[in-house]
Amino acid sequence: MNRFDYARPASVAEAVQAGTGEQVRYLAGGTNLIDLMKENVDQPMTVIDINRLPLNAIEELDGGGLRLGALVPNSDTAWDVRVEQRYPLLSSAILAGASPQLRNAATNGGNLNQRTRCYYFYDVATPCNKRKPGSGCGAIGGVNRIHAILGASDQCIATHPSDMCVALAVLDAIVQVTGPEGDRAIPIADYHRLPGDEPWRDNTLKPGELVTGIDLPAEDFTRNYTYLKLRDRLSYAFALVSIAVAMRIEGSTIAEARVALGGVAHKPWRSTEAEKLLKDRQPSPEAFGAFADALLAGAVGQGENDFKIPLARKGIVRALKQAAEATPQSQTDKRVA
Amino acid sequence: MPIGTVTTTLTINGETRTRAIEPWTTLLDLLREGEDLIGTKKGCDHGQCGACTVLVDGRRINSCLKLAVTLDGAEITTIEGLGQPGNLHPLQSAFCDHDAFQCGYCTPGQICSAQGLINEGKAKTRDEVRELMSGNLCRCGAYTNIIDAVLDVIGEQA
Repeated sequence: MNRFDYARPASVAEAVQAGTGEQVRYLAGGTNLIDLMKENVDQPMTVIDINRLPLNAIEELDGGGLRLGALVPNSDTAWDVRVEQRYPLLSSAILAGASPQLRNAATNGGNLNQRTRCYYFYDVATPCNKRKPGSGCGAIGGVNRIHAILGASDQCIATHPSDMCVALAVLDAIVQVTGPEGDRAIPIADYHRLPGDEPWRDNTLKPGELVTGIDLPAEDFTRNYTYLKLRDRLSYAFALVSIAVAMRIEGSTIAEARVALGGVAHKPWRSTEAEKLLKDRQPSPEAFGAFADALLAGAVGQGENDFKIPLARKGIVRALKQAAEATPQSQTDKRVA
Repeated sequence: MPIGTVTTTLTINGETRTRAIEPWTTLLDLLREGEDLIGTKKGCDHGQCGACTVLVDGRRINSCLKLAVTLDGAEITTIEGLGQPGNLHPLQSAFCDHDAFQCGYCTPGQICSAQGLINEGKAKTRDEVRELMSGNLCRCGAYTNIIDAVLDVIGEQA
């Protein structure tokens, strides 16, 4: 790990002031940043320890939503009674990710901002446009079993590794940030971005901006939901494909269905256009399959990850069935119902 | 080149220690190399194996991914703080009774993790214990017996 200056600001304003320089990093739980620093993928000159800032509460919002403080650990969020009861999809997605130890340290803001686990991004001996702009992409034509099938570019085929963010995409969460130019609210769909020709930019934060919280709008997806995560081992592994579903069923028809995919793109993958195909339909394998085809339109394999396309299609159909039948995937009994 | 240390006070296994710590020092390296507490093991050093698991204010974390200076004021419990020869912690006794280790390298992390699991109070069934112990790898493959040992202690406390 490189040597760096360490600062522990006492207020958010002080942190943002210190955060505007070059090669400055905010440090929260550290579960990703410290690892990146050990690998020399990230070599900040200044580390700003934000752990003492007052962003560690879960609060009620006017209108029935919740604000998740940026510094609340993932485990405390998943096991918060209000989150469990009102946003069980989010609890389930968080508990599907990482390990108990990592979830105890990792924070909500840090989960949003974690970097890809692309092998080439982590290996400083290889080219990577995300780590070193202009150096090329080792994954294209290389070892790419875990890489993107949707929204990739000819410069980067990395995926965003989060489970939590896939649920946030379905819940239409709002990311609250503050920075040198003041406060902003960024809809989750606009927070992460596709690689395009600037693959080093994971998200739309401006320099020096700090995530302060994540707002969950008031929703009632407490019955028809699921988080189905498909991976190489049953626990403690990143998703090859994951599917978050939130649904409202009125009578025997689907009044609303929202679906986001993890592990397949540079951001949680969702199409509100495709979701219209499910509206006012009766739950059926045919309706689910037609939706899956629409959501996966344009999917392209990179060779080793070609299997992700049929895996995603089958996973989407299965997850929609789980949600429609109100039998969400258990994160402890891993049998897929 | 930045130099300097940060004065940090940690209570480790009940003993308060104030140290001048270089900010890039992980809690794991501080414990093993600064405090001579070598019960906590370095496995992968990347948060992938769980061998370095300790309790910080009663919560289990990977000490390899935590900078020690960020923990000023915290209470750290390592395997040395849980039990001692002749005065074993119930989890240590249960690991012996159930043959829950072979080489023993992952065991301090397994036991600290199991204590964290008990503190959390979320695991009751075998499936739940298995899932919530999944952050600790065992290359010898003693998983079945590890789960038996943890279930034994949970059962005794229930």
